Amino acid sequence: MAKKVALLQGNSACAYGALYAGCNFFGGYPITPSTEVAEVLSVELPKVGGKFIQMEDEIAAMASVIGAALAGQKALTATSGPGVSLKQELIGYACIAEVPCVIINVMRGGPSTGMPTGPGQSDVQQAKWGTHGDHPVIALVPSSVQEIFSETVRAFNLAEKYRMPVQVLYDEIVGHMRERIEFPEPGELEVINRTEPTVSPEDYKPFDPSFGDVPPLAAFGTDYRFHVTGLNKAADGFPTTKANLVDDEQRRQIRKVDGNQPDIELNEEYLTEDAEVIIFAYGSTARSARYAVNELRKEGVKVGLFRPITLWPFPEKRVAELAKQAKAIVVPELNLGQMILEVERVAKGTCDIVGINRVDGEPINPGQIIAQVKEVK
Amino acid sequence: MAQRYEIRFSGAGGQGLITAGIILAEAASINEGKHAVQSQSYGPEARGGASKSEVIISDEPIDYPKATIVDACLAMTQESADKYANGIKSGGVLLIDSDFVKNVPAGDFRVVKIPIMRTAKDDVGREIVANVVALGAMIALTDVVSREAGEKAVLAKVPEAFLELNKKAYSIGFEKVKEALEG
Repeated sequence: MAKKVALLQGNSACAYGALYAGCNFFGGYPITPSTEVAEVLSVELPKVGGKFIQMEDEIAAMASVIGAALAGQKALTATSGPGVSLKQELIGYACIAEVPCVIINVMRGGPSTGMPTGPGQSDVQQAKWGTHGDHPVIALVPSSVQEIFSETVRAFNLAEKYRMPVQVLYDEIVGHMRERIEFPEPGELEVINRTEPTVSPEDYKPFDPSFGDVPPLAAFGTDYRFHVTGLNKAADGFPTTKANLVDDEQRRQIRKVDGNQPDIELNEEYLTEDAEVIIFAYGSTARSARYAVNELRKEGVKVGLFRPITLWPFPEKRVAELAKQAKAIVVPELNLGQMILEVERVAKGTCDIVGINRVDGEPINPGQIIAQVKEVK
Repeated sequence: MAQRYEIRFSGAGGQGLITAGIILAEAASINEGKHAVQSQSYGPEARGGASKSEVIISDEPIDYPKATIVDACLAMTQESADKYANGIKSGGVLLIDSDFVKNVPAGDFRVVKIPIMRTAKDDVGREIVANVVALGAMIALTDVVSREAGEKAVLAKVPEAFLELNKKAYSIGFEKVKEALEG
Protein backbone atom coordinates (compact mmCIF):
# COMPACT_ATOMS: atom_id res chain seq x y z
CA MET A 1 0.00 0.00 0.00
CA ALA A 2 1.19 3.46 -0.85
CA LYS A 3 2.36 5.48 2.11
CA LYS A 4 0.30 8.33 3.42
CA VAL A 5 1.71 11.61 2.12
CA ALA A 6 0.87 15.23 2.86
CA LEU A 7 2.15 18.71 2.30
CA LEU A 8 3.03 19.73 5.82
CA GLN A 9 4.55 22.64 7.68
CA GLY A 10 7.70 21.86 9.68
CA ASN A 11 5.97 22.57 12.99
CA SER A 12 3.12 20.19 12.11
CA ALA A 13 5.66 17.50 11.21
CA CYS A 14 7.16 17.95 14.68
CA ALA A 15 3.78 17.34 16.27
CA TYR A 16 3.12 14.23 14.17
CA GLY A 17 6.64 12.97 14.84
CA ALA A 18 6.01 13.33 18.57
CA LEU A 19 2.78 11.34 18.27
CA TYR A 20 4.60 8.64 16.29
CA ALA A 21 7.15 8.40 19.10
CA GLY A 22 4.36 7.84 21.60
CA CYS A 23 4.24 11.33 23.09
CA ASN A 24 1.19 11.49 25.35
CA PHE A 25 1.75 14.76 27.17
CA PHE A 26 2.34 18.31 25.96
CA GLY A 27 2.72 21.20 28.37
CA GLY A 28 3.43 24.50 26.72
CA TYR A 29 2.90 28.16 26.39
CA PRO A 30 2.42 29.36 22.81
CA ILE A 31 5.17 31.47 21.31
CA THR A 32 6.04 32.46 17.76
CA PRO A 33 7.38 30.77 15.70
CA SER A 34 6.65 27.47 17.47
CA THR A 35 2.91 27.82 18.09
CA GLU A 36 1.74 25.37 15.42
CA VAL A 37 3.38 22.50 17.32
CA ALA A 38 1.03 23.20 20.23
CA GLU A 39 -1.88 23.90 17.91
CA VAL A 40 -1.68 20.51 16.19
CA LEU A 41 -1.10 18.61 19.44
CA SER A 42 -4.05 20.34 21.11
CA VAL A 43 -6.22 18.70 18.46
CA GLU A 44 -4.41 15.37 18.11
CA LEU A 45 -3.36 14.41 21.66
CA PRO A 46 -6.90 14.04 23.05
CA LYS A 47 -7.71 11.68 20.16
CA VAL A 48 -5.05 9.22 21.39
CA GLY A 49 -5.83 9.60 25.07
CA GLY A 50 -2.99 12.05 25.67
CA LYS A 51 -3.06 15.28 27.63
CA PHE A 52 -2.53 18.80 26.32
CA ILE A 53 -2.11 21.58 28.83
CA GLN A 54 -1.52 25.24 28.09
CA MET A 55 0.24 26.44 31.23
CA GLU A 56 0.45 29.96 32.62
CA ASP A 57 3.96 30.51 31.30
CA GLU A 58 7.01 28.77 29.87
CA ILE A 59 8.47 27.93 33.28
CA ALA A 60 5.33 26.17 34.43
CA ALA A 61 5.18 24.41 31.08
CA MET A 62 8.63 22.91 31.66
CA ALA A 63 7.66 21.95 35.22
CA SER A 64 4.57 20.17 33.91
CA VAL A 65 6.68 18.26 31.41
CA ILE A 66 9.04 17.07 34.16
CA GLY A 67 6.11 16.02 36.32
CA ALA A 68 4.44 14.14 33.50
CA ALA A 69 7.69 12.43 32.53
CA LEU A 70 8.28 11.25 36.10
CA ALA A 71 4.75 9.87 36.09
CA GLY A 72 5.76 7.64 33.19
CA GLN A 73 4.57 9.76 30.27
CA LYS A 74 6.46 10.74 27.13
CA ALA A 75 6.40 14.49 27.51
CA LEU A 76 7.08 17.38 25.16
CA THR A 77 7.19 21.14 25.23
CA ALA A 78 7.75 23.51 22.32
CA THR A 79 8.89 27.09 22.49
CA SER A 80 11.32 29.63 21.08
CA GLY A 81 14.44 31.36 22.45
CA PRO A 82 12.71 33.53 25.07
CA GLY A 83 10.86 30.47 26.35
CA VAL A 84 14.02 28.39 26.46
CA SER A 85 15.69 31.13 28.51
CA LEU A 86 12.85 30.94 31.03
CA LYS A 87 13.01 27.15 31.16
CA GLN A 88 16.74 26.96 31.92
CA GLU A 89 16.49 26.38 35.65
CA LEU A 90 14.09 23.49 35.10
CA ILE A 91 16.14 22.09 32.23
CA GLY A 92 18.98 21.87 34.75
CA TYR A 93 16.61 20.13 37.13
CA ALA A 94 15.64 17.63 34.43
CA CYS A 95 19.36 17.01 33.84
CA ILE A 96 20.30 16.32 37.45
CA ALA A 97 17.10 14.40 38.21
CA GLU A 98 17.62 12.47 34.95
CA VAL A 99 14.15 13.03 33.58
CA PRO A 100 13.53 11.96 29.98
CA CYS A 101 11.72 14.69 28.05
CA VAL A 102 11.90 16.63 24.78
CA ILE A 103 12.17 20.38 24.30
CA ILE A 104 11.56 21.91 20.88
CA ASN A 105 13.14 25.30 20.20
CA VAL A 106 11.95 26.94 16.97
CA MET A 107 14.63 29.57 16.72
CA ARG A 108 14.06 33.26 16.06
CA GLY A 109 16.41 36.18 16.64
CA GLY A 110 17.39 37.47 20.08
CA PRO A 111 18.31 38.30 22.77
CA SER A 112 15.09 38.90 24.71
CA THR A 113 12.03 39.40 22.53
CA GLY A 114 14.26 40.08 19.52
CA MET A 115 12.46 39.69 16.20
CA PRO A 116 9.71 37.15 16.84
CA THR A 117 8.83 36.50 13.19
CA GLY A 118 12.35 36.32 11.77
CA PRO A 119 14.52 33.21 11.60
CA GLY A 120 17.62 32.78 13.74
CA GLN A 121 20.19 30.18 14.78
CA SER A 122 21.43 32.07 17.78
CA ASP A 123 20.39 29.56 20.46
CA VAL A 124 22.79 26.80 19.45
CA GLN A 125 25.33 27.54 22.17
CA GLN A 126 22.53 28.16 24.67
CA ALA A 127 21.46 24.57 24.05
CA LYS A 128 24.86 23.49 25.39
CA TRP A 129 25.55 26.04 28.08
CA GLY A 130 22.15 27.55 28.91
CA THR A 131 21.70 26.00 32.32
CA HIS A 132 24.47 26.11 34.89
CA GLY A 133 26.69 23.28 36.00
CA ASP A 134 28.22 20.36 34.15
CA HIS A 135 25.53 18.29 32.54
CA PRO A 136 25.09 16.07 29.50
CA VAL A 137 23.51 17.69 26.43
CA ILE A 138 21.92 16.25 23.33
CA ALA A 139 20.65 18.69 20.70
CA LEU A 140 19.37 17.81 17.22
CA VAL A 141 19.11 20.22 14.27
CA PRO A 142 16.87 18.98 11.43
CA SER A 143 16.78 20.87 8.14
CA SER A 144 13.69 19.61 6.33
CA VAL A 145 10.06 18.88 7.12
CA GLN A 146 10.59 15.13 6.80
CA GLU A 147 13.64 15.35 9.02
CA ILE A 148 11.79 17.34 11.69
CA PHE A 149 9.43 14.36 11.90
CA SER A 150 12.19 11.76 12.15
CA GLU A 151 14.42 13.81 14.46
CA THR A 152 11.53 14.42 16.85
CA VAL A 153 11.11 10.64 17.02
CA ARG A 154 14.86 10.26 17.57
CA ALA A 155 14.80 12.95 20.27
CA PHE A 156 12.24 10.94 22.23
CA ASN A 157 14.29 7.77 21.70
CA LEU A 158 17.48 9.39 22.99
CA ALA A 159 15.66 10.98 25.91
CA GLU A 160 14.19 7.62 26.91
CA LYS A 161 17.35 5.64 26.27
CA TYR A 162 19.68 7.96 28.18
CA ARG A 163 17.11 9.25 30.68
CA MET A 164 17.73 12.93 30.06
CA PRO A 165 16.23 16.01 28.39
CA VAL A 166 16.87 16.27 24.64
CA GLN A 167 16.51 19.47 22.65
CA VAL A 168 15.49 19.81 19.00
CA LEU A 169 16.39 23.14 17.43
CA TYR A 170 15.26 24.34 14.04
CA ASP A 171 14.89 27.84 12.66
CA GLU A 172 11.71 29.62 11.67
CA ILE A 173 12.36 28.96 7.97
CA VAL A 174 12.28 25.19 8.38
CA GLY A 175 9.51 25.44 10.97
CA HIS A 176 7.14 27.33 8.74
CA MET A 177 7.84 26.09 5.24
CA ARG A 178 5.68 23.36 3.75
CA GLU A 179 7.08 20.28 2.03
CA ARG A 180 5.83 16.87 1.10
CA ILE A 181 6.21 14.34 3.84
CA GLU A 182 5.81 10.58 3.74
CA PHE A 183 4.45 9.31 7.02
CA PRO A 184 6.44 6.30 8.17
CA GLU A 185 4.35 3.22 8.88
CA PRO A 186 4.13 2.08 12.51
CA GLY A 187 7.26 0.06 13.22
CA GLU A 188 9.21 1.60 10.37
CA LEU A 189 11.10 3.96 12.68
CA GLU A 190 12.43 2.60 15.92
CA VAL A 191 10.57 3.75 19.04
CA ILE A 192 12.42 3.34 22.32
CA ASN A 193 10.88 3.43 25.77
CA ARG A 194 12.72 3.91 29.05
CA THR A 195 14.00 0.93 30.98
CA GLU A 196 11.78 0.24 33.96
CA PRO A 197 12.97 -1.39 37.16
CA THR A 198 12.88 -5.15 37.53
CA VAL A 199 13.63 -5.09 41.27
CA SER A 200 10.86 -4.96 43.83
CA PRO A 201 9.61 -1.53 44.97
CA GLU A 202 11.33 -2.05 48.35
CA ASP A 203 14.70 -2.59 46.69
CA TYR A 204 14.37 0.15 44.06
CA LYS A 205 16.93 2.95 43.98
CA PRO A 206 16.26 5.54 41.25
CA PHE A 207 19.95 6.34 40.63
CA ASP A 208 21.58 3.01 41.29
CA PRO A 209 24.83 2.92 39.27
CA SER A 210 25.06 -0.85 39.56
CA PHE A 211 22.58 -0.93 36.67
CA GLY A 212 25.02 0.99 34.47
CA ASP A 213 25.24 4.65 33.55
CA VAL A 214 21.48 4.84 32.89
CA PRO A 215 19.62 3.48 35.93
CA PRO A 216 16.05 2.23 35.32
CA LEU A 217 13.30 4.76 35.98
CA ALA A 218 10.07 3.86 37.73
CA ALA A 219 6.88 5.86 37.27
CA PHE A 220 5.25 7.87 40.01
CA GLY A 221 1.79 6.60 40.66
CA THR A 222 2.90 2.97 40.59
CA ASP A 223 4.08 0.91 43.59
CA TYR A 224 7.51 2.46 43.30
CA ARG A 225 8.07 5.43 45.61
CA PHE A 226 11.23 7.44 45.35
CA HIS A 227 12.76 10.82 46.07
CA VAL A 228 13.61 13.39 43.41
CA THR A 229 15.65 16.49 44.15
CA GLY A 230 17.77 19.11 42.44
CA LEU A 231 20.55 18.48 44.94
CA ASN A 232 23.39 16.10 44.21
CA LYS A 233 22.08 12.79 45.34
CA ALA A 234 23.04 9.27 46.29
CA ALA A 235 21.73 6.14 44.60
CA ASP A 236 18.53 6.26 46.67
CA GLY A 237 17.72 9.76 45.41
CA PHE A 238 18.31 11.52 48.74
CA PRO A 239 20.77 14.44 48.94
CA THR A 240 24.38 13.79 49.72
CA THR A 241 27.55 15.84 50.11
CA LYS A 242 29.86 12.82 50.20
CA ALA A 243 32.67 13.77 47.86
CA ASN A 244 33.02 10.41 46.14
CA LEU A 245 29.28 10.02 45.59
CA VAL A 246 28.91 13.52 44.16
CA ASP A 247 31.91 13.03 41.90
CA ASP A 248 30.73 9.59 40.73
CA GLU A 249 27.24 10.86 40.02
CA GLN A 250 28.36 13.86 37.98
CA ARG A 251 30.85 11.85 35.95
CA ARG A 252 28.30 9.13 35.32
CA GLN A 253 25.84 11.65 33.92
CA ILE A 254 28.40 13.14 31.55
CA ARG A 255 29.41 9.60 30.52
CA LYS A 256 25.85 8.90 29.34
CA VAL A 257 26.54 11.14 26.36
CA ASP A 258 30.33 11.14 26.03
CA GLY A 259 30.48 7.36 26.29
CA ASN A 260 27.80 6.85 23.68
CA GLN A 261 28.64 9.47 21.06
CA PRO A 262 28.67 7.01 18.12
CA ASP A 263 25.09 6.07 18.98
CA ILE A 264 23.99 9.69 19.31
CA GLU A 265 25.96 11.38 16.55
CA LEU A 266 24.33 11.76 13.13
CA ASN A 267 25.79 13.75 10.23
CA GLU A 268 25.23 14.05 6.51
CA GLU A 269 28.11 14.57 4.13
CA TYR A 270 27.66 15.71 0.55
CA LEU A 271 30.58 15.59 -1.89
CA THR A 272 33.13 15.90 0.89
CA GLU A 273 35.36 13.07 -0.38
CA ASP A 274 37.61 15.20 -2.60
CA ALA A 275 36.59 18.59 -1.20
CA GLU A 276 39.21 21.28 -0.73
CA VAL A 277 36.66 23.57 0.84
CA ILE A 278 34.12 22.24 3.35
CA ILE A 279 30.97 24.09 4.27
CA PHE A 280 29.85 23.32 7.82
CA ALA A 281 26.15 24.18 7.99
CA TYR A 282 23.00 23.07 9.80
CA GLY A 283 19.26 23.79 9.67
CA SER A 284 17.95 26.03 6.88
CA THR A 285 21.46 27.34 6.26
CA ALA A 286 22.54 23.86 5.17
CA ARG A 287 19.92 24.01 2.42
CA SER A 288 21.50 27.19 1.05
CA ALA A 289 24.90 25.53 1.37
CA ARG A 290 23.85 22.45 -0.59
CA TYR A 291 22.50 24.68 -3.36
CA ALA A 292 25.84 26.51 -3.35
CA VAL A 293 27.78 23.23 -3.52
CA ASN A 294 25.82 22.15 -6.59
CA GLU A 295 26.42 25.46 -8.35
CA LEU A 296 30.12 25.53 -7.47
CA ARG A 297 30.66 21.93 -8.56
CA LYS A 298 29.33 22.89 -12.01
CA GLU A 299 32.25 25.32 -12.17
CA GLY A 300 34.67 22.62 -11.07
CA VAL A 301 35.18 23.92 -7.54
CA LYS A 302 35.98 21.06 -5.17
CA VAL A 303 33.61 21.91 -2.36
CA GLY A 304 31.49 19.73 -0.09
CA LEU A 305 28.97 20.03 2.71
CA PHE A 306 29.24 18.67 6.23
CA ARG A 307 25.84 18.86 7.91
CA PRO A 308 25.53 17.91 11.57
CA ILE A 309 22.07 16.55 12.42
CA THR A 310 23.19 15.94 15.98
CA LEU A 311 24.74 19.27 16.92
CA TRP A 312 25.53 18.33 20.54
CA PRO A 313 27.55 16.33 21.32
CA PHE A 314 29.68 18.08 18.71
CA PRO A 315 31.02 15.78 15.94
CA GLU A 316 34.61 16.44 16.99
CA LYS A 317 36.34 13.51 15.38
CA ARG A 318 34.94 13.92 11.88
CA VAL A 319 35.28 17.71 11.82
CA ALA A 320 38.93 17.37 12.90
CA GLU A 321 39.53 14.93 10.01
CA LEU A 322 37.87 17.24 7.51
CA ALA A 323 39.92 20.16 8.82
CA LYS A 324 43.09 18.22 8.00
CA GLN A 325 41.80 17.36 4.53
CA ALA A 326 40.50 20.81 3.56
CA LYS A 327 42.19 24.09 2.82
CA ALA A 328 39.33 25.91 4.44
CA ILE A 329 36.05 25.43 6.26
CA VAL A 330 33.26 27.95 5.69
CA VAL A 331 30.67 28.21 8.47
CA PRO A 332 27.46 30.06 7.52
CA GLU A 333 25.17 30.72 10.49
CA LEU A 334 22.15 32.88 11.28
CA ASN A 335 24.01 34.28 14.28
CA LEU A 336 27.21 36.23 14.81
CA GLY A 337 29.48 33.20 15.01
CA GLN A 338 28.57 30.41 17.44
CA MET A 339 29.27 26.92 16.07
CA ILE A 340 32.33 28.31 14.29
CA LEU A 341 33.92 28.38 17.75
CA GLU A 342 33.56 24.60 18.00
CA VAL A 343 34.90 24.11 14.47
CA GLU A 344 37.93 26.25 15.38
CA ARG A 345 38.40 24.36 18.64
CA VAL A 346 38.58 20.94 17.02
CA ALA A 347 40.43 22.06 13.84
CA LYS A 348 43.31 23.25 16.03
CA GLY A 349 44.59 25.60 13.35
CA THR A 350 44.94 22.95 10.64
CA CYS A 351 42.96 24.96 8.06
CA ASP A 352 41.45 28.37 7.47
CA ILE A 353 38.02 28.86 9.01
CA VAL A 354 35.72 31.62 7.81
CA GLY A 355 32.23 32.51 8.99
CA ILE A 356 29.27 33.94 7.09
CA ASN A 357 26.90 35.56 9.52
CA ARG A 358 23.50 37.13 9.23
CA VAL A 359 21.17 38.43 11.93
CA ASP A 360 18.86 40.73 9.96
CA GLY A 361 15.96 38.29 9.79
CA GLU A 362 16.81 37.23 6.24
CA PRO A 363 18.18 33.82 5.23
CA ILE A 364 21.78 33.35 4.12
CA ASN A 365 21.28 32.93 0.37
CA PRO A 366 23.35 30.58 -1.80
CA GLY A 367 25.01 33.55 -3.55
CA GLN A 368 26.67 34.68 -0.31
CA ILE A 369 28.08 31.21 0.27
CA ILE A 370 29.27 30.86 -3.33
CA ALA A 371 31.12 34.18 -3.10
CA GLN A 372 32.78 33.23 0.19
CA VAL A 373 33.89 29.80 -1.05
CA LYS A 374 35.46 31.37 -4.14
CA GLU A 375 37.32 33.80 -1.92
CA VAL A 376 38.87 31.13 0.32
CA LYS A 377 39.68 28.50 -2.29
CA MET B 1 11.02 20.47 -15.87
CA ALA B 2 14.19 19.29 -14.21
CA GLN B 3 15.07 22.75 -12.99
CA ARG B 4 13.42 24.68 -10.24
CA TYR B 5 10.44 26.81 -11.17
CA GLU B 6 9.54 29.65 -8.83
CA ILE B 7 6.08 31.14 -8.48
CA ARG B 8 5.07 34.06 -6.27
CA PHE B 9 1.48 34.91 -5.37
CA SER B 10 1.03 38.42 -3.98
CA GLY B 11 -1.89 40.59 -3.03
CA ALA B 12 -3.61 42.03 0.02
CA GLY B 13 -3.57 40.09 3.30
CA GLY B 14 -6.82 38.12 3.51
CA GLN B 15 -7.24 37.55 -0.22
CA GLY B 16 -6.34 33.89 0.18
CA LEU B 17 -3.06 33.94 -1.70
CA ILE B 18 -1.28 31.85 0.90
CA THR B 19 -3.97 29.23 0.43
CA ALA B 20 -3.50 29.49 -3.34
CA GLY B 21 0.20 28.79 -2.87
CA ILE B 22 -0.48 25.80 -0.62
CA ILE B 23 -2.94 24.35 -3.15
CA LEU B 24 -0.41 24.71 -5.96
CA ALA B 25 2.28 23.04 -3.85
CA GLU B 26 -0.14 20.20 -3.06
CA ALA B 27 -1.04 19.83 -6.75
CA ALA B 28 2.65 19.49 -7.62
CA SER B 29 3.88 17.37 -4.71
CA ILE B 30 0.89 15.18 -3.88
CA ASN B 31 -0.90 14.88 -7.23
CA GLU B 32 2.07 14.96 -9.59
CA GLY B 33 4.82 13.54 -7.37
CA LYS B 34 7.17 16.46 -7.97
CA HIS B 35 9.15 18.26 -5.30
CA ALA B 36 7.58 21.45 -3.95
CA VAL B 37 8.29 23.89 -1.16
CA GLN B 38 5.82 26.57 -0.08
CA SER B 39 6.65 29.53 2.12
CA GLN B 40 4.95 32.80 2.89
CA SER B 41 5.30 36.26 4.34
CA TYR B 42 4.84 36.01 8.06
CA GLY B 43 4.23 38.28 11.01
CA PRO B 44 3.44 42.00 10.90
CA GLU B 45 3.98 42.16 7.15
CA ALA B 46 1.30 39.51 6.62
CA ARG B 47 -1.42 41.47 8.44
CA GLY B 48 -3.20 43.86 6.13
CA GLY B 49 -1.04 45.48 3.49
CA ALA B 50 0.75 43.30 1.01
CA SER B 51 1.12 39.56 1.51
CA LYS B 52 2.97 36.94 -0.49
CA SER B 53 3.27 33.21 -0.84
CA GLU B 54 6.05 31.50 -2.76
CA VAL B 55 6.07 28.04 -4.29
CA ILE B 56 9.13 26.34 -5.73
CA ILE B 57 8.53 23.28 -7.88
CA SER B 58 11.17 20.93 -9.27
CA ASP B 59 11.77 17.38 -10.42
CA GLU B 60 14.83 17.39 -8.17
CA PRO B 61 14.91 17.80 -4.37
CA ILE B 62 14.73 21.49 -3.49
CA ASP B 63 17.55 22.85 -1.37
CA TYR B 64 17.15 26.60 -0.94
CA PRO B 65 13.48 27.07 0.01
CA LYS B 66 13.10 30.76 -0.86
CA ALA B 67 12.79 32.42 -4.25
CA THR B 68 16.03 33.22 -6.07
CA ILE B 69 14.70 34.47 -9.40
CA VAL B 70 10.96 34.34 -9.97
CA ASP B 71 9.59 32.64 -13.10
CA ALA B 72 6.00 33.73 -12.62
CA CYS B 73 4.46 36.33 -10.33
CA LEU B 74 0.89 37.27 -9.50
CA ALA B 75 0.00 40.74 -8.20
CA MET B 76 -3.60 41.35 -7.13
CA THR B 77 -3.10 44.92 -5.84
CA GLN B 78 -0.96 47.94 -6.63
CA GLU B 79 0.81 47.70 -3.28
CA SER B 80 1.72 44.06 -3.81
CA ALA B 81 2.87 44.82 -7.37
CA ASP B 82 5.13 47.59 -6.07
CA LYS B 83 6.51 45.46 -3.23
CA TYR B 84 6.71 41.97 -4.69
CA ALA B 85 6.68 42.12 -8.51
CA ASN B 86 10.46 42.24 -8.59
CA GLY B 87 13.21 39.73 -9.14
CA ILE B 88 11.21 38.34 -12.06
CA LYS B 89 13.32 36.38 -14.49
CA SER B 90 14.07 37.73 -17.93
CA GLY B 91 11.43 36.09 -20.13
CA GLY B 92 9.26 35.39 -17.08
CA VAL B 93 5.65 36.36 -16.64
CA LEU B 94 3.64 38.72 -14.45
CA LEU B 95 -0.13 38.30 -14.03
CA ILE B 96 -1.94 41.35 -12.68
CA ASP B 97 -5.48 42.18 -11.68
CA SER B 98 -5.96 44.86 -14.30
CA ASP B 99 -8.62 46.72 -12.26
CA PHE B 100 -6.23 47.30 -9.37
CA VAL B 101 -2.72 47.38 -10.80
CA LYS B 102 -2.64 50.53 -12.92
CA ASN B 103 1.03 51.27 -12.59
CA VAL B 104 2.50 48.12 -14.14
CA PRO B 105 6.04 47.30 -13.02
CA ALA B 106 8.46 47.47 -15.93
CA GLY B 107 10.88 44.70 -16.79
CA ASP B 108 11.94 42.15 -19.33
CA PHE B 109 8.93 39.90 -18.75
CA ARG B 110 5.51 39.37 -20.24
CA VAL B 111 2.56 41.00 -18.50
CA VAL B 112 -0.85 39.35 -18.65
CA LYS B 113 -3.80 41.45 -17.53
CA ILE B 114 -7.05 39.99 -16.21
CA PRO B 115 -9.67 41.64 -13.95
CA ILE B 116 -9.44 38.84 -11.39
CA MET B 117 -11.63 40.24 -8.60
CA ARG B 118 -14.30 41.35 -11.11
CA THR B 119 -14.25 37.93 -12.75
CA ALA B 120 -14.76 36.29 -9.36
CA LYS B 121 -17.65 38.61 -8.54
CA ASP B 122 -19.45 38.78 -11.89
CA ASP B 123 -18.62 35.53 -13.66
CA VAL B 124 -18.30 33.14 -10.72
CA GLY B 125 -20.61 34.93 -8.33
CA ARG B 126 -18.46 35.38 -5.21
CA GLU B 127 -15.47 37.68 -4.68
CA ILE B 128 -14.14 35.31 -2.03
CA VAL B 129 -13.01 32.82 -4.68
CA ALA B 130 -10.75 35.36 -6.41
CA ASN B 131 -7.75 33.37 -5.14
CA VAL B 132 -8.97 30.26 -6.92
CA VAL B 133 -9.63 32.25 -10.10
CA ALA B 134 -6.05 33.51 -9.79
CA LEU B 135 -4.75 29.99 -9.19
CA GLY B 136 -6.51 28.67 -12.31
CA ALA B 137 -5.08 31.56 -14.26
CA MET B 138 -1.53 31.00 -12.98
CA ILE B 139 -1.65 27.30 -13.82
CA ALA B 140 -2.92 28.04 -17.33
CA LEU B 141 -0.18 30.61 -17.71
CA THR B 142 2.73 28.56 -16.43
CA ASP B 143 1.73 24.96 -17.18
CA VAL B 144 3.68 24.10 -14.06
CA VAL B 145 1.14 21.43 -13.14
CA SER B 146 -1.65 19.94 -15.26
CA ARG B 147 -5.10 21.51 -15.28
CA GLU B 148 -6.47 18.32 -13.70
CA ALA B 149 -3.85 18.16 -10.92
CA GLY B 150 -4.66 21.76 -10.01
CA GLU B 151 -8.39 21.16 -9.95
CA LYS B 152 -8.00 18.02 -7.86
CA ALA B 153 -5.95 19.95 -5.30
CA VAL B 154 -8.53 22.76 -5.16
CA LEU B 155 -11.37 20.32 -4.58
CA ALA B 156 -9.42 18.47 -1.90
CA LYS B 157 -8.99 21.71 0.00
CA VAL B 158 -12.46 23.27 0.08
CA PRO B 159 -15.53 22.35 2.14
CA GLU B 160 -18.09 20.21 0.36
CA ALA B 161 -20.71 22.94 0.16
CA PHE B 162 -18.34 25.04 -1.93
CA LEU B 163 -17.04 22.43 -4.34
CA GLU B 164 -19.03 23.63 -7.34
CA LEU B 165 -18.26 27.28 -6.67
CA ASN B 166 -14.53 26.63 -6.52
CA LYS B 167 -14.58 24.30 -9.49
CA LYS B 168 -16.23 27.07 -11.50
CA ALA B 169 -13.77 29.67 -10.20
CA TYR B 170 -10.79 27.52 -11.13
CA SER B 171 -12.15 26.75 -14.57
CA ILE B 172 -13.03 30.36 -15.38
CA GLY B 173 -9.61 31.56 -14.23
CA PHE B 174 -7.97 28.95 -16.41
CA GLU B 175 -10.07 29.86 -19.46
CA LYS B 176 -9.56 33.60 -19.02
CA VAL B 177 -5.83 33.18 -19.44
CA LYS B 178 -6.24 30.94 -22.46
CA GLU B 179 -8.43 33.64 -24.04
CA ALA B 180 -5.98 36.39 -23.10
CA LEU B 181 -3.09 34.45 -24.62
CA GLU B 182 -4.97 33.74 -27.84
CA GLY B 183 -6.48 37.24 -28.10
